[in-house]
Amino acid sequence: MKQMMMLTLAALVAAGSVKAERLRLTGAGASFPAPVYQVWTYGYTASEQGAAVNYQSVGSGAGRNQIKEKTVDFAGTDDPVSAADCEAWGLLQFPMVRGPVVPIVNLPQVKTGELKLTNELLSKLFLGEITTWDDPQIAALNPGVKLPKGLKVTVVHRSDSSGTSAIFTGYLSKVSDAWREQVGAGASVKWPCGLGGQKNPGVCNNVTKIRGAIGYTEYTYALEAKLSTVALQNSTGAWSEPTQGDWPILGTTYILVRKDTPAERKAALKDYFSWCFTEGAASAKQLHYTPLSAEESAQALKVLGE
Amino acid sequence: MAQTLAIDPPAQASCARRFSVDGPFRKLCLGCALAVGVLMVGFFIQLTAASWEAWRTFGFGFLWSQEWDPVAGLFGAWPAMVGTLETTAIALAVALPLAFVSALWIVDAPPVLSRLLGQAIDLLAAIPSIIYGMWGLFVVCPLMQELWWRLGIDTNGFGVLTAGLILALMILPYICAVMRDVLRMTPPMLRESAFGVGCTRWEVARDILLRYGARGLLGGVFIGLGRALGETMAVLFVAGNVIAVPASPLEGCTTIAATLANNFAEADGLQRAALFALGLILLTMAFAIQVAAQYYLTLTKAKRGER
Repeated sequence: MKQMMMLTLAALVAAGSVKAERLRLTGAGASFPAPVYQVWTYGYTASEQGAAVNYQSVGSGAGRNQIKEKTVDFAGTDDPVSAADCEAWGLLQFPMVRGPVVPIVNLPQVKTGELKLTNELLSKLFLGEITTWDDPQIAALNPGVKLPKGLKVTVVHRSDSSGTSAIFTGYLSKVSDAWREQVGAGASVKWPCGLGGQKNPGVCNNVTKIRGAIGYTEYTYALEAKLSTVALQNSTGAWSEPTQGDWPILGTTYILVRKDTPAERKAALKDYFSWCFTEGAASAKQLHYTPLSAEESAQALKVLGE
Repeated sequence: MAQTLAIDPPAQASCARRFSVDGPFRKLCLGCALAVGVLMVGFFIQLTAASWEAWRTFGFGFLWSQEWDPVAGLFGAWPAMVGTLETTAIALAVALPLAFVSALWIVDAPPVLSRLLGQAIDLLAAIPSIIYGMWGLFVVCPLMQELWWRLGIDTNGFGVLTAGLILALMILPYICAVMRDVLRMTPPMLRESAFGVGCTRWEVARDILLRYGARGLLGGVFIGLGRALGETMAVLFVAGNVIAVPASPLEGCTTIAATLANNFAEADGLQRAALFALGLILLTMAFAIQVAAQYYLTLTKAKRGER
C-alpha cells in the first residue's frame, strides 16, 4: 500500500514537472459563457497540443479589471469595451461565441415553448404593467393555453450585476420604447418590480419556488433546472424557440487580450482560440451556444494576429 | 505561622524571572492594543477615501435618497439602510427573549441537562452562515409562502420577515452563550438571600440577575447586533434583493451587506464609490451603536448600584 502511494506520488511529481514546461494561459471574466469555456479549456488542455489553459468565471467587470491589471492572459466580457477604451488600455477585442438568453416561467400545466409572448407583452410583464397571468392580452395571444385564474405575476431578476442582465435589458430596450425610457439597458438596472436572485442558479431557483414567476437566464441553466421557456417572435415575426438559430435574444460575448502580450504567448492564445472556433464548435452547439460563422471567426483571429 | 509566611527560594526565583520578561511583554501588549486602534482608524480613512466621489456627487442627500439606478448613475443609501435596520430589529426582538429565558433555564437546570442543552445551543453557532442561507431558501421561504397563503395572503415567502427570522436564529447562540456566562457569575449569596426574603424566581431573575449582569448581558446583545448588521450570505438568499424601501414586512428588501456582495464584482466608477459609501455607513452604524451602548451604561451606573 505504502509502495503504491509512493509510486503514485512519484508519477504525480513527474507529471507535474512535464506540465511545468508547458505554457500556462489564464483567463477570467464573464460567467455567461463559462459553461462552454470550461469545456473548451478542459478539452484543449487535455488534447496536449498546446498550452494549458484555464478560465475563472468571476464576472465581466472583474475580468475587465484583471486584464487592465495584467494579471490574466485573456478576459471574457459580455459588455464590449468601446473602441476608444480599447485603444486607451492597449487591448484587442473580438467576439467569441453567442448564446441565447431565455425568459423562464413557472406556470402549472404550461409546457416549455407553449406560452407565446410578443415583445410588447414581455416588456409589459417585466415593467409590472401586467400583474396577473389571466390578463386578456396574454389570453388573446394564447387561446389553447390553460392560464391559471388570478395568479399573480412575480418577476425574478438578477440581484447581482451581470452580463446576462445586460443582454436581456439590451434586448428589451431595443424592442420596447417604454422599457428604454423607463429602465434602459445595463449590467444592473433599476428594476420596476419583482425580486432578485443571486446569479443564474439563484434566478432559476426562485422561479422554481414561486408559482407564477417569470425570470430570464442563460439557456443551459434553464435546461438544467427543467424550467419552461416561452416562445418569442424573431425579427421576421415568426415564433421561435431557443433551440432554433433565429432566437431573438442572442448575446455575443467577447474576449479581451492585451496588445503587449509577448509574441510566444500570443501565438499560443491564437492557437487556442482557433481550436475553439473549429474543434470546439461542436461542444458549443451541444451546450446550445451558437458558434461564430467561418468569416466571423477568421475576422476574430485576424484581430489577434495584428 | 512563621513557616507559612516565609517565602521559599523557588518562588523567589520565579518572581525575578517574571520581572525580567515584564517589560517586553508590556510593550508587546501595548503594540497589539494600538494595532487594533490603528486598524479601526485605517478602515474609516480608507472607506472615506474610496467613497469620496459618491459623497461629492450626492452630498449628504446620499443618506436619504431612495434612488438606485445604475443606468442613470443615481445612487442612494436609504433602502439598504432601512432594510438593514428592519431585519436587525426583527432578529433582536425574536432572539433576545429566547436567548434570555434559555440562558436562565440552563443556568438552573440539572447539570446533565444543562450541559447537553448548552452544547446544543453552542453548536448552532458553529453552523456556517451559508447553510442558514440555503436552509432559509429551501425550507423557510416555501414554508412562509404556504403559511401566508393559508392565511389568505398571497406572498412569495421572501422578504424582511423571513430574513429577520433567519438572523434571529443565527444570533441566538451568541447572545445565549454570553448571557449564560454572565448569569453564572452572579454571586450565589445574592440569589440565595433574594430567595430567602421570599422573592419568586421571576423576581430574582429580574431584580438580581438582570441588574447584576446588565453590562455583560448588554455585551451579549451587542455581539448579536453586530453579527445581524453585517450578516451577508444568509440574508442575500432570503431577503429578495429588492433595492426599495419595503412597504410591509412581507415585501422583499435588501441590506447594506447584501447590496455590497451583489454589486461589487461588476461595479465601476461612481457605483463603486457608492458601494464604498454604503460600507462606510455600515461601519459608522456599528460604531455608533457601540458608543451609544457604552454611554448608556455609564449613565445608568448609579441606578444599578455599581460603583
